Amino acid sequence: MQYLLLIYRSESEMAKLSSAEMAAMYGEYGKFTQEITDSGNYVGGNPLKPTTTATTVRVRDAKRVVTDGPFAETKEQLGGYYLIEAKDLDQAISIAARIPGARVGSIEVRPIMPRTQAVQA
Amino acid sequence: MCFYLAAQAISGRGWKLTIPFPEGEINLILMDFEKFHREESGRILSTLIRLLGDFDLAEEMLQEAYAVALQKWPVEGTPANPRSWLISTARHKAIDRLRREQRFERKAEEIAKTAESTVAPESDLEEEMVADDRLRLIFTCCHPSLPLEARVALTLRIVCGTTTEEISRAFLIPVATMAQRLVRAKGKIREAGIPYRVPSQEELKDRMDGVLLVVYLIFNEGYLASSGDALIRRELCAEAIRLGRVLCGLLPGQAEAQALLGLMLLHDSRRDARVSAEGELVLLEGQDRSLWHAEQIREGTELLEAALRRGAAGVYAVQASIAALHANAKTAGETDWAQIAALYDVLLRTSASPVIEINRAVAVAMARSLDEGLALLDEIEKREELEEFHLLPAARADLLRRLGRRAEATEAYRRALALTANGIERRFLRRRIAEIEMQIGAGSKKKERPASEGGHYKTTEN
Repeated sequence: MQYLLLIYRSESEMAKLSSAEMAAMYGEYGKFTQEITDSGNYVGGNPLKPTTTATTVRVRDAKRVVTDGPFAETKEQLGGYYLIEAKDLDQAISIAARIPGARVGSIEVRPIMPRTQAVQA
Repeated sequence: MCFYLAAQAISGRGWKLTIPFPEGEINLILMDFEKFHREESGRILSTLIRLLGDFDLAEEMLQEAYAVALQKWPVEGTPANPRSWLISTARHKAIDRLRREQRFERKAEEIAKTAESTVAPESDLEEEMVADDRLRLIFTCCHPSLPLEARVALTLRIVCGTTTEEISRAFLIPVATMAQRLVRAKGKIREAGIPYRVPSQEELKDRMDGVLLVVYLIFNEGYLASSGDALIRRELCAEAIRLGRVLCGLLPGQAEAQALLGLMLLHDSRRDARVSAEGELVLLEGQDRSLWHAEQIREGTELLEAALRRGAAGVYAVQASIAALHANAKTAGETDWAQIAALYDVLLRTSASPVIEINRAVAVAMARSLDEGLALLDEIEKREELEEFHLLPAARADLLRRLGRRAEATEAYRRALALTANGIERRFLRRRIAEIEMQIGAGSKKKERPASEGGHYKTTEN
């Protein structure tokens, strides 16, 4: 099964990190990504730019409404994701628990809906 | 003489053979179907879920297999191994169904291939496999990614084989709501890929805590619930104890699981003394201790001692220690309140809750002095967090009654009465008020004396 691991953390806390701390964090992410690549679980993943760069788009009555910022204001913001292959939820959870961001923020684990199921539904 | 044999299904129970004799009919009940269903359904279902990989399909196919059994067994005789027979029949029905629907051709072939081994005649190996299936299923139903209330309901439904109607009656929730809760939980297991396996060694500790919590909640619902069908509630206690035994049996060396099983046995040993023949609540102090189940107390105490030797020090071990001190006191007067108060101190540090705080105050009152206990209760009351909680005024009322402060006691009992809807508790509180009023009536002649009969008021320990 594939799972999307959504990494949420507080941007304001992130902004307080020193450049040395940032470098250490990126180092940890690099190491983790390599590990799950070697174990065959990695399918994809990216860090995201902060929500200050976000734009929300809606189309209502064929009219495009574009607004600044993320869709929902929350305490923690989506900061990146991994797409992984795991044999079940337990494996997905244990991979999620190894994401460096899990220690300061939270990881939402979402199963990917297979295309065939999406067509049926 | 001509024997006329009629096999007849007894609704919900099995069937009987009716043999008409000149002197009258003889009914032979061939098999207690209800008992078999209750005891075996959980096991059969857990094996089917492993084989079919689908909760709903397994449940449906088991129903169909039971329907076939009800037709065939009375005529052809009960098979030597009814469990294997049902598993095999349900499996074949599942294969037929999947082939018919043609959507899951590959899945049907998979099931057809993997399943043969489980249909082997009864053997130790089969027993072991069924036991493993059950354990896996417990961990699936108690998965932390399911909401707690769904874990409790699902464990009862799937592992214990309790019906949805019974669960909804026990938890006082409409059947439709309970059914939906179960459907959602099963949906999540399927869609999110919650596995069907015993967690790895490094996960086991955390996951075990979650499983024990579910078992404990099932037991408490049966033991403490403020209302609901008394018979079903007793059945919940029995199911929780059964689950506790399965866990201790399959995962030996789990000290906390042993402590929990000990705790449940010790509490449950008092079941026949807690409510009088008239349906009145009887508190620990007033209970007829000869009604306590001595064998269960012995087993519970031994389990607790074994758990403590293994280093159990969690919330169940401490609670079981308290229960053991009560259960092993020959008379209420011999209760070791000093130790009990000390154990509540431990509980308060590790897992503070209003009930524990109140119980601790009562233990202090009994161990040291009524005034000291009352002062602790007054402090809790001052915090005004528990204004809706009837146990606080009830506990205060009891200490005031013991101190001979009758007017204040009556007032506190009345406050407790206004806060609880439970019939048994309400009757108990009214009886107390009536007793005090009688004493006050007689008090004009007799000197007031501190009441020493009756019992202290506690939830966890009556």
